[in-house]
Amino acid sequence: MTARSPLGRAPALLWVPALVAVVFLVVPLVALVVATPWASFIDDLRTPEVRAALWLSLRTSLATVVACALVGTPLAWVLARVEFRGRGLVRALVTVPLVLPPVVAGVALLAALGRSGLLGAPLRDATGLTLPYTTAAVVLAHTFVALPFYVISVEGALRSAGEAFDEAAAVLGATRWHTFRRVTLPLALPGVVAGGVLAWARSLGEFGATVTFAGNYPGTTQTMPSRIYAVYLDDPAAARTLAMILLLASVGVLLLLRNRWLTPGAAA
Amino acid sequence: MNRPTLRTAAPVLLLALLPLAACGDDDTGAGTTDGELSGSITVAAAASLTETFEDLAEQFEAEHDGVEVDLVFDSSGTLADQAAEGAPGDVLATADLRSMERAADAQAEEPVVFATNDLVLVAPADNPAGVTGLDSLDDPDVTYVICVETAPCGGLSAEALADAGVEREPASLEPDVKATLSRVVEDEADAGLVYRTDALAAGDDVQTFDLPERLTTEYPITLLDQSRNTAVAQAFIDFVLSSAGAEVFAAAGFGTP
Repeated sequence: MTARSPLGRAPALLWVPALVAVVFLVVPLVALVVATPWASFIDDLRTPEVRAALWLSLRTSLATVVACALVGTPLAWVLARVEFRGRGLVRALVTVPLVLPPVVAGVALLAALGRSGLLGAPLRDATGLTLPYTTAAVVLAHTFVALPFYVISVEGALRSAGEAFDEAAAVLGATRWHTFRRVTLPLALPGVVAGGVLAWARSLGEFGATVTFAGNYPGTTQTMPSRIYAVYLDDPAAARTLAMILLLASVGVLLLLRNRWLTPGAAA
Repeated sequence: MNRPTLRTAAPVLLLALLPLAACGDDDTGAGTTDGELSGSITVAAAASLTETFEDLAEQFEAEHDGVEVDLVFDSSGTLADQAAEGAPGDVLATADLRSMERAADAQAEEPVVFATNDLVLVAPADNPAGVTGLDSLDDPDVTYVICVETAPCGGLSAEALADAGVEREPASLEPDVKATLSRVVEDEADAGLVYRTDALAAGDDVQTFDLPERLTTEYPITLLDQSRNTAVAQAFIDFVLSSAGAEVFAAAGFGTP
């Protein structure tokens, strides 16, 4: 028993719905564990298709995190530190993909970057290159849906770190770039890491935009979620095994980051 | 029992009674009265049956006052699995016999084949790659897509490619036949293998090429064990199998079994 809080007992009106929420989130995962055909688990994991899909998911999700860091960090900094007209509008626009159904994101990407798309058609005429059906298209689709998560997380961290240290560095003669690199970024690092993990998780689970924009072919565009869906059409039991593999991978990463995620307060 | 307990328990009791109330409603509205059909049924049908079944349900409802047909469309395998797991529904119609087999435990009767569908090759309206048939797919400049092999259309497509000796791989294995068609309609692929009914529904958006050898899938329909309105469900199945039904299917490009 923990010591009685001076605030009194937690009211049932709060802890009963809280319990419902926990059960709701945990029961499907437990069901998945129970329903997984563990006897064939290792064999299923070893098939060339699954290995190809896992490897592709790993590569594309890491590439997505890198892409988010490269363009998302500067965007978050601009939104947090630079006053300019239309900043609110820009922030609203870049967070739209957060609420967009992934399939719609895929359709939008096709309209822009498909081989007969707004930018895709001139690109094809000029260079002969087309994006759909390539691994690059997978990374583009993932980055499109993951970037807003990253930007929001990093911008929040930059804001909560405050500008006082930036100003102190400037007073001491640091250039703005130097300040960004040596003061701002290190202070916001927990937010950057959290944003990176969010983007990675979003990318690992991405299905709708990927299958719509990039397609589905083993080795080049078939990620784990696409593989799971394709297998599910024919053999739901085998699909549960693949889903379990993905679940284990995600839980593994969560455990690695448990200090940041599972301890309250450490994320900020 | 003291007051506060009763007060907190009352809403819970009410919630517990709700499903019972719903059941009662269903029962009174179901079945036959003096040979008159009444009540509602749920029909789960393959995605490729969307237009035809919507049309048939409307005709059926017009013929029988007070009858309602709710339609659910999805991939055949998904619907069959849901039916096998006891999902509420009265009639199941799939796009191939193999999917129907997965719902064997939930079938109240032997499934009957009511329509067939051919595989055809389609190209975008302006046919940018100059596709003329399956042989064109071996051309390195032709980007083509088919259904993933786990979908009914995918198995048939793999057969078509093997029969024609096509060696080049498709650019993508789409999750269902509508996605395959979209690639071609949107000019994101130079060719694709879809059902004749899909090609027909796309109208002028695609050019259609018959395959050298006819590859056909069969559409079976069955009454489900969990049906709670078998009179209406059976009447709907009879209507699908009737000459009026055959007319609707023929107009959409389906073949007769």
